[in-house]
Amino acid sequence: MEKVVYLDNNATTAVAPEVFEAMRPFLTELYGNPSSIHHFGGQVAAHIETAREKLASLLGAQPSELIFTSCGTESDSSAIYSALSLCHQRRKVVISKVEHPAILALGKELERRGYTVVQIPVDSKGRLDMECAEEMIDTDTAVVSIMWANNETGNLYPVAQLAEMAHKQGALFHTDAVQAVGKVPINLSELPIDMLSLSGHKLHAPKGVGALYVKRGVRFRPFIVGGHQERGRRAGTENVASIVGLGKAAELAKQDISIENTKVKALRDKLETELLKLPATRLNGDPEHRLPNTSNISFEYIEGESILMLLDMYNICASSGSACTTGSLEPSHVLRAMGVPYTAAHGAIRFSFSRYNTEEEVDFVLEKLPPVIARLREISPYWKG
Amino acid sequence: MWNYTKDVMDHFLNPRNVGEIPDADAVAEVGNITCGDALKIFLKLDKDGRICDAKFKTFGCASAIASSSALTELVKGMTLDEAAKVTNKDIVKLLGTLPEEKMHCSVMGMEALQAAIADYKKRHGEEYEMVQDDPEDHEGRVVCKCFGVTDTKIRRVAKENNLHTAEQITKYTKAGGACGTCLDQIQEILDGLWKEHKAEQKPAKEEKVDDFDKLSVVQKVIKVQSIIDREIRPALEHDGGDIELVNIEGNKVFVRLKGHCASCMAAKVTLKNHVEAKLREFVSDSIEVVEEK
Repeated sequence: MEKVVYLDNNATTAVAPEVFEAMRPFLTELYGNPSSIHHFGGQVAAHIETAREKLASLLGAQPSELIFTSCGTESDSSAIYSALSLCHQRRKVVISKVEHPAILALGKELERRGYTVVQIPVDSKGRLDMECAEEMIDTDTAVVSIMWANNETGNLYPVAQLAEMAHKQGALFHTDAVQAVGKVPINLSELPIDMLSLSGHKLHAPKGVGALYVKRGVRFRPFIVGGHQERGRRAGTENVASIVGLGKAAELAKQDISIENTKVKALRDKLETELLKLPATRLNGDPEHRLPNTSNISFEYIEGESILMLLDMYNICASSGSACTTGSLEPSHVLRAMGVPYTAAHGAIRFSFSRYNTEEEVDFVLEKLPPVIARLREISPYWKG
Repeated sequence: MWNYTKDVMDHFLNPRNVGEIPDADAVAEVGNITCGDALKIFLKLDKDGRICDAKFKTFGCASAIASSSALTELVKGMTLDEAAKVTNKDIVKLLGTLPEEKMHCSVMGMEALQAAIADYKKRHGEEYEMVQDDPEDHEGRVVCKCFGVTDTKIRRVAKENNLHTAEQITKYTKAGGACGTCLDQIQEILDGLWKEHKAEQKPAKEEKVDDFDKLSVVQKVIKVQSIIDREIRPALEHDGGDIELVNIEGNKVFVRLKGHCASCMAAKVTLKNHVEAKLREFVSDSIEVVEEK
């Protein structure tokens, strides 16, 4: 396969070679069902528990506080539905305007079911309006769900503070931490967070596995029922290989977490600094409180899909907040919530790094991208040079 | 990821006719940056009134750029009257095809061309009724407030591209693609349009031929068979019967009734009142139907 410069790690990541090796036995000889009474199957259960311990260690959680799921979205839905069914006298859910569709679309569904769902607004840098949050979270609120880090801008949100606000009103606090886990240090034992969702494929484990953290003492009602797996909290035969992979990925993430803030951040910063030197560019997001791997840059007067298509000619992968890339007609809801002008929103490109990226790759992008921008601006009726 | 054709990619990667014409005879700009795509077109005419040069500038995705490039290639050498007949389908044809979600890019191309022709006519003090303008309702009523799409445009694009659902209209015009509150309204417009259209289509007797005798046997068979399939068989099938075309000699059409019709006491009546009547109505008054047993 041709060399690919992969700067789209917030979309998904490569499975780490160590993760793949750890998974291999469970896709070949160790295929037993962990629930079986015989040793051949039963021995597999121990590996699931080891994976749980590794993931717990990354999060500063107890292994018993973790439930393996199929993905981040399942974890999100499980958390919110559980919170709602356990405090059914409360009819309100507080989220933010910049949540991932996993939460936003769930919010729409809950509205159809008669719940009140309110969205905390953000400012031009994508920072939450905390005063507004304080007002919105009230005694009718069952659960507050705010993402830890935003997938498009990389913005980090004050989850501990929000959790305290929720608790003050007797509400539960959930965070979609899909983008944060493995990129920023997390110690749940010291945080008032009740529930946290994560996804394997964002941290070099495979797709199709995720986890939900439920703090000890917080009641939980299962989303999927049918079997005793995960101590009755998530029925269904375990995705053993992927769970083992997630465990391994968590172990690697814990070991390498310092790299995120050094090597990965340095690569991101280099690309960002150079690209922002181009005329009519702007950074989207909050440079002070951001994931170290994400950069969202608008190239004004041109359209994101065209940029990505031309980058694709060089096997450079990134993504866009543009409407055209998805076939939707509106640019990214995150950028619109931030009030990014349309001139810039349509030409927003997200670069997201991982520890596998190199400086050569950054240099390659810096060589190829500026001519692409210039070429498209030449075609654009809005660009006046 | 979009599945663009080779031709779309070629026009995107090597766009033809990018730029401006300073002394253009017609200029027009459609779309805007809020919508996510915009196209500015420049036309230059030679002394015979043919388009000798066309240039464009486009803000938009790969298919918007490709559609603009294709449009400029398409109109070169045309008179304005010829260019006025270019539709979005011609642009799509030149590009092979476009993903349905991207059809609005080709529609934008046609609109720019129409606006440019109008600009030319205006400069020369002539009136020009743009195709998108309904003569009775010049401006149209804005249905989609987010993208500023009028009912006249919805009707026109629906007619030209045979669109029946609001979802399709969104893909071709963007209307309803943002807040979605106008989708029901769009569907109503479509339902109304196609109902009217059907009513207009009803007396479709223009295919009728005067001199059936002079047609070749093959032409006769094709004509008669198509009317049997469309106008005659459905009613027979409804009663559990069927019909088969056996032969045509001169203006005599030999058919065989099948199923219930074959044993029906009223077969003769069916032949005269239904089969022959329909063939006379839709093909030729000279036809005589003969039953083959």
